[in-house]
Amino acid sequence: MQITDTIYALSSGALPAGVAVIRISGPATADVIGRLCGALPQPRRAALRTIRTRNGEILDSGLVIYFPGPASFTGEDCCELQVHGGRAVVHAILDALAGFEGLRHAEAGEFSRRAFQNGKLDLVEVEGLADLITAETEMQRRLAIEQSGGGQSALYQGWARRLTHARAMIEAELDFADEDDIPGSVSETIWSDMAKLAGEIDAHIDQAGLAEIIRDGLKIVIAGEPNAGKSSLLNALAKRDIAIVTEIAGTTRDVLSVDLSLAGFSVKLYDTAGLRETDELVEREGIRRAREVIGHADLILLLSEKPGDFVWNEPVGNDVPVIRVATKIDRNGANWAPGQADLFLSTKTGDGIADLLEELKAHLPDLAGRTSLAMPSRKRHVDCLKQASAALARSLAVEGLDIQAEQLRMASDALGRITGRVDVENLLDVIFSEFCVGK
Amino acid sequence: MTSYDVIVIGGGHAGCEAASAAARLGARTALVTHKKETIGVMSCNPAIGGLGKGHLVREIDALDGLMGRVADAAGIQFRLLNRRKGPAVRGPRTQADRRLYREAMQREIDAIENLDVIEGDAFDLLTDDETVAGVIMKDGRVFRAAAVVLTTGTFLKGLIHVGDRKIPAGRVGEAPSVGLSETLCRFGLRLGRLKTGTPARLDGRTIDWDRVGRQGPDEDPVPFSFMTDTILNRQIECGVTRTTDATHKIIADNIHRSAMYSGQIEGVGPRYCPSIEDKIVRFGERDGHQIFLEPEGLDDDTIYPNGISTSLPEDVQAAFIRTIPGLESVAILQPGYAIEYDHVDPRELQLSLSVRKMPGLFLAGQINGTTGYEEAGAQGLVAGLNAALAAMGREPFVFSRTDSYIGVMIDDLTSRGITEPYRMFTSRAEYRLSLRADNADMRLTPAGIELGCVGEERRTRFGSWKGAYEEGRTLLRSLSITPNEGARHGLKLNQDGQRRTAFDILAFPDQTIEGLRPLWPQLEAIDPRVSGALQIDAAYAVYMERQAADIAGIRREESATIPDDFDYSDLPGLSNELKQKLAQQRPRNLAQAMKVDGMTPAAVSLLLSWLRRQERRAQRVAGQAAQ
Repeated sequence: MQITDTIYALSSGALPAGVAVIRISGPATADVIGRLCGALPQPRRAALRTIRTRNGEILDSGLVIYFPGPASFTGEDCCELQVHGGRAVVHAILDALAGFEGLRHAEAGEFSRRAFQNGKLDLVEVEGLADLITAETEMQRRLAIEQSGGGQSALYQGWARRLTHARAMIEAELDFADEDDIPGSVSETIWSDMAKLAGEIDAHIDQAGLAEIIRDGLKIVIAGEPNAGKSSLLNALAKRDIAIVTEIAGTTRDVLSVDLSLAGFSVKLYDTAGLRETDELVEREGIRRAREVIGHADLILLLSEKPGDFVWNEPVGNDVPVIRVATKIDRNGANWAPGQADLFLSTKTGDGIADLLEELKAHLPDLAGRTSLAMPSRKRHVDCLKQASAALARSLAVEGLDIQAEQLRMASDALGRITGRVDVENLLDVIFSEFCVGK
Repeated sequence: MTSYDVIVIGGGHAGCEAASAAARLGARTALVTHKKETIGVMSCNPAIGGLGKGHLVREIDALDGLMGRVADAAGIQFRLLNRRKGPAVRGPRTQADRRLYREAMQREIDAIENLDVIEGDAFDLLTDDETVAGVIMKDGRVFRAAAVVLTTGTFLKGLIHVGDRKIPAGRVGEAPSVGLSETLCRFGLRLGRLKTGTPARLDGRTIDWDRVGRQGPDEDPVPFSFMTDTILNRQIECGVTRTTDATHKIIADNIHRSAMYSGQIEGVGPRYCPSIEDKIVRFGERDGHQIFLEPEGLDDDTIYPNGISTSLPEDVQAAFIRTIPGLESVAILQPGYAIEYDHVDPRELQLSLSVRKMPGLFLAGQINGTTGYEEAGAQGLVAGLNAALAAMGREPFVFSRTDSYIGVMIDDLTSRGITEPYRMFTSRAEYRLSLRADNADMRLTPAGIELGCVGEERRTRFGSWKGAYEEGRTLLRSLSITPNEGARHGLKLNQDGQRRTAFDILAFPDQTIEGLRPLWPQLEAIDPRVSGALQIDAAYAVYMERQAADIAGIRREESATIPDDFDYSDLPGLSNELKQKLAQQRPRNLAQAMKVDGMTPAAVSLLLSWLRRQERRAQRVAGQAAQ
């Protein structure tokens, strides 16, 4: 595998479709187009061309757009063929491409990888792009576009610039102590900004939970005594039979889940084994898994078919709400008094399901009025940001300029691991542009 | 024909250290210089050390080099910079008496038994095939050597500029070397052109000293060398004055007559050592620029006005200097000038400072694009040691970014090249808290002893010092106290029930060994020579631990060496652009490769796995050969 290979792949979705887009990237791109479609179109202009095999046999006609490198997605010469999206058409074109020397089918993610290696995207942007492609809900799309479009990188780079400036002021004082042009207390000017920066990073880290909900979905666990109707509720919400429902307690042995889209958010519903003491090996494993899922839940729906059975002894996070749901009210409705549960429903009649959905929506994050979704959506970002913030906090707490400088260097390194390294030359550039140094 | 193990060309700061280092390792060494009396001349400002630079001097000294001892013998105004800012960023510095410095250096050189000084003009290199094999002198003499160290400073196609006057010269009154420059070109070395400058020299007897401020020396001068007990020279004051609006006006009005601004100079000058023209053009709005009036010696009336290096014509120099308070009727002994010179792109060098394309040749000092006596001396040491090791068929001795400023400098030079004359700053060292001026001996002397470049006298002295240090540290770590007991003795400790050792307690602000004596009378046993070092080490201990993991990582990356002839075109999965960059920059190890622009984590792991595969293959081949 040589990177000098030219790669191609069907870049649009499943066939058949009205239009299919085939992408080609690599040094042989121009040559391949010339041979498939005749004269090379003007860069970045769509041109209608007939696509033929090397033997002159017509395959299809379609739009050809040529993007010469480095001004292309991958940074290499690129081309997009927009052709008719029939299976036979696309396969014939892909076969024709495979017939060229030095061309091969792209591996998964290879176009993005080349874009990254050629410096067209930074790591945050690549990650954002991957999320954008897999985004299923509106909020996931908004979050991913913020990342892949560089909005988030711009935020981090802004922070990195402030840190660089602060470090430069300290380094100026340390390395040019005997210079007249550098006031002895120049480094004092930066600490209020560093305190502010630490606050901004912390506030940003606090958004990580929200980003996780957007990216991975709000995790709702349906829990309750065996035979409380958990699986029936899952099936009702999924609008299909996912779980096996019987009257026998302990039917569900594994954790089942469905993904729902609710008000633009992804919601993951987990049906768990009823929690009870049992010697049955498979059921015990199911209960262990249920507890694990409960441990990560954002919201618990605690089900019961009769009043007084809302027993909840599982450890969950402090702010994880537990909603008490009375079930099977078509049969047991008369047993319940108002206030004995938060919601009352019957999956059989559908009563109360709409109320439940409204209640769930109320637990989704409130993004009204938010224009930016720049928030750390990956653990890698959160880890680096936490390290940066901790180092900043130490720099504000310790004594001695050399030790403070060391903490800022660590903060800068941590931030650099997200977007890119800050070099000592950057510090010197700042120093020499702001101060007249040199005896 | 006379033959040597090592020949060093050039008797400046790099040359002297190189010759001494090679000789200390036992190589039969010759030092070739134009004139014996110019050995150890300080051609620019009369000072040694400073921030970053002082660290280099301490490291040269730790390996038994000359610069620290010579500076101690010549120092006339010792000042420890950043005294109040933490030991890691303290930089020892001294003004030096030019004559005393030169004489002390010449005494050191004379005293080395297996070192000959050869006077004359080294015209060209003697080569056998593609290997450097000696030196050809202008007068026809030929000296053979297994290794040659070239330390020609600013002499490679040196060109002095004063206004529109151009004088081919290496230093004022000394001819440049033209032949060597051409030989280096012939071997295909990439050369660049740099510029530096120096101010006019003034007659101190014509300065109105009452009109200028003063800067005094430290009361307790701290010597550079581990071997120096006390500074004997009388310590002097420097004058301090400033440029005025009138000065700025004259310079601005005549800026077109400056060689720097008339387009005559192509070389790039350093940003941190700008000419007065640069200062006025870039920072003209400042209400004045400081000038230090530095005496060049105890019984020398020459004054070095630090801060006004210039390439303006002589008449303009005289005019602007006389607008400066105190210098109204000063006599100018020698005009300032700019000098342009060739340097070799240091990416042509290996970490041993040997030239990749010219086996047997080592380069050190300004020829590698650096500036400063200390940077030159440190490279001289590295080149001299490695030239001797090469001549003896021993493995090269390579410094690391994690053990020394020397390592930082050589790594920077060989991996990134330069865009301006390279000067050391403490901010260049990632592990600044570990690489302190005060612990240079502990960092490097043991390695020097093992290598064989440390003399008997230092070995003994260091051994006794280290013994006392370790005893003291053991004692400090063996004594401990609970927070409650501490409180009874007025120590504010976290009430967490943790016992803390005396060593731990020394890390708190304002704690000293002396201050802990009422608590632990046995601390009296600590040798006063080492108490300062123990205190500093205790204060940094927690940071050292944190850096230790980083350092171990870098060492691992540094030890993953990349063969010189590594073919990146074979390496699958790298972009062509990156392959080209790697092939051009030729990182010596993985740590350097990681700093190549555009290197991604994915590319690093590719490179690493490829290196591992080659290593295993080599081991298999070696294993089969052994069978």
